[in-house]
Amino acid sequence: MAVLVWVAEGTWPACIDAAAQWAPPTSEVVLLVTEGTHGADAAHTAFAGMLGRGRPERDPGARIAAMGAAATEEMLEAAAGRLGRASTARTLSGRPERALVEAAAAAELLVLARDGELERLGPHSLGPVTRFVVDHAPCPILLVWPRRPTTTALPPPPPGPPPSRP
Amino acid sequence: MSIGIVVAIAALVAVLVVAIARPRNLPEAVVAVPLALLLVVVRMLPPADAWAEVRSLVPVVAFLAAVLVLGQLCEDEGLFVAAGGWMARTSAGSPTRLLTAVVAIAAVTTAVLSLDATVVLLTPVVFATAARIGARARPHVYACTHLANSASLLLPVSNLTNLLAFRATGLGFARFAGLMALPWLLVVIVERVAVGRYFRTDLAAAAAVDPGRSPAVTAPHATQAAAGGRPAAAPGVAAVVVGATLVGFVVASAVGIDPAWVAAAGATVLAVHSIARRRVTAAALGRSLNVPFLAFVLALGVVVRAVIDNGLSTAVGTLVPGGSSLGALLVVALVAALLANVVNNLPAILLLLPLLAGHGAGPVLAALVGVNVGPNLTYVGSLATLLWRRIARAHDADPGLAEYHLLGALTVPVSIVVATSALWAGLALTGGG
Repeated sequence: MAVLVWVAEGTWPACIDAAAQWAPPTSEVVLLVTEGTHGADAAHTAFAGMLGRGRPERDPGARIAAMGAAATEEMLEAAAGRLGRASTARTLSGRPERALVEAAAAAELLVLARDGELERLGPHSLGPVTRFVVDHAPCPILLVWPRRPTTTALPPPPPGPPPSRP
Repeated sequence: MSIGIVVAIAALVAVLVVAIARPRNLPEAVVAVPLALLLVVVRMLPPADAWAEVRSLVPVVAFLAAVLVLGQLCEDEGLFVAAGGWMARTSAGSPTRLLTAVVAIAAVTTAVLSLDATVVLLTPVVFATAARIGARARPHVYACTHLANSASLLLPVSNLTNLLAFRATGLGFARFAGLMALPWLLVVIVERVAVGRYFRTDLAAAAAVDPGRSPAVTAPHATQAAAGGRPAAAPGVAAVVVGATLVGFVVASAVGIDPAWVAAAGATVLAVHSIARRRVTAAALGRSLNVPFLAFVLALGVVVRAVIDNGLSTAVGTLVPGGSSLGALLVVALVAALLANVVNNLPAILLLLPLLAGHGAGPVLAALVGVNVGPNLTYVGSLATLLWRRIARAHDADPGLAEYHLLGALTVPVSIVVATSALWAGLALTGGG
């Protein structure tokens, strides 16, 4: 049984802190990164759209893919260092939301952060990937705020039921 | 339909397919130049007409070469790295502020140093900058690549399409910029709003790190070099030369000197400076001229001329209205955008120019709005996109591309309508072309 931590840009420090606090000392901790394009696809397509320039070695997509891989590697290193206990890392390929759910099949706990609009409480505080994982993951989930929420105001209560007819 | 038009169109298709599929990474000119010569040899195009086409394109190609070299020299002088540093400082760690900085830098870079500089030289710096502040890079990279097309409206040097059409507008440098300034600005704003809205989750997520409690997101060394960790050369000289070149464009154009000379002078001054400081070698400078590309542009011009002269002009001519009413300009811009997405924007503007010439500056500028903003819809043109998707699938990058096209579908129609309307208003207020 393992505690899985989704490590993604921006939200990973909060997830790591939560894992450090809540993962049982005997559990294995696995840091998950989802393989992203970092926009390399966009840069590659833009370069392909410039007719006649030739010289594939100037393709910015390839440079971004290489820099992206290096940046992910460094993020994982920083995350492992912050965790302060033994952990392993795993890279998930394919659509992130599905890969995460599949990875969670045999997990003891999955640690995620809210990554949507954080200015208000409610369903929009989850981005689409996190929403999917929360809704479909078979294991227990620890959902943390990446920083203290700016508001604690609850939405107004819904209107009461319509008066029943006599 | 005459045999002539069939042969000429077949030649154009062959040139485009090779240019997009690039078998064995051959330079595009390897096929385009012999095909252009063949069309002349078999008299699909009289040699005199082909020569006239080449002669009219030579100043454009020279201008293009100077701008390409200038962009590369700015890179060698560290101007893009300096821009990365500026973007990182301006963002103060906030991804939304970084996006605004990226949009501003990409819009200016594209306008001044052309879309080539933005795609090839600026995009990697934008990625590195985003990584450096711990932001998710996708929104910023997408914005940068989008603006390489849509922000290329402002100046004649911003895009090869503009250079090709500049003479047909009959405008001076300053007047061209004046008429395109508002459309350019509005398109840039549309892009900022659309990208910010589309990627709001990515932007909010990375903003989530509390600067106080985050473990100082370290600048990764792989990216640090590209984003400002490298000991900066002094980009001040490059910035001054580029600024002086811009002023030179306006002055030269006003006194009747071809602005291509100014671009050549600017590139020469900066080249001498860089070589003297040993920041670049003459050989590397020669490579940044990209002679095969220049030959490709000339050959493409000849092939397109053969297509037009063999009868395509009448076919497309019926689609393109004359006049500078708002409706006519919108139709021209939409036809141009459509054509840019079917055959790519370079052949599109070459095909449209002869049909629009003689109708004044309005329709030509509207066509530029279409061919410059339009490619964000499918980028390479749909024929090319089909080919490209096969390659992309091999790399398993398909979901990203779908997202890319969705973003294009959001911005392109709005941008074209807004920019064309602003162009029409500018023309109406200042008394036509």
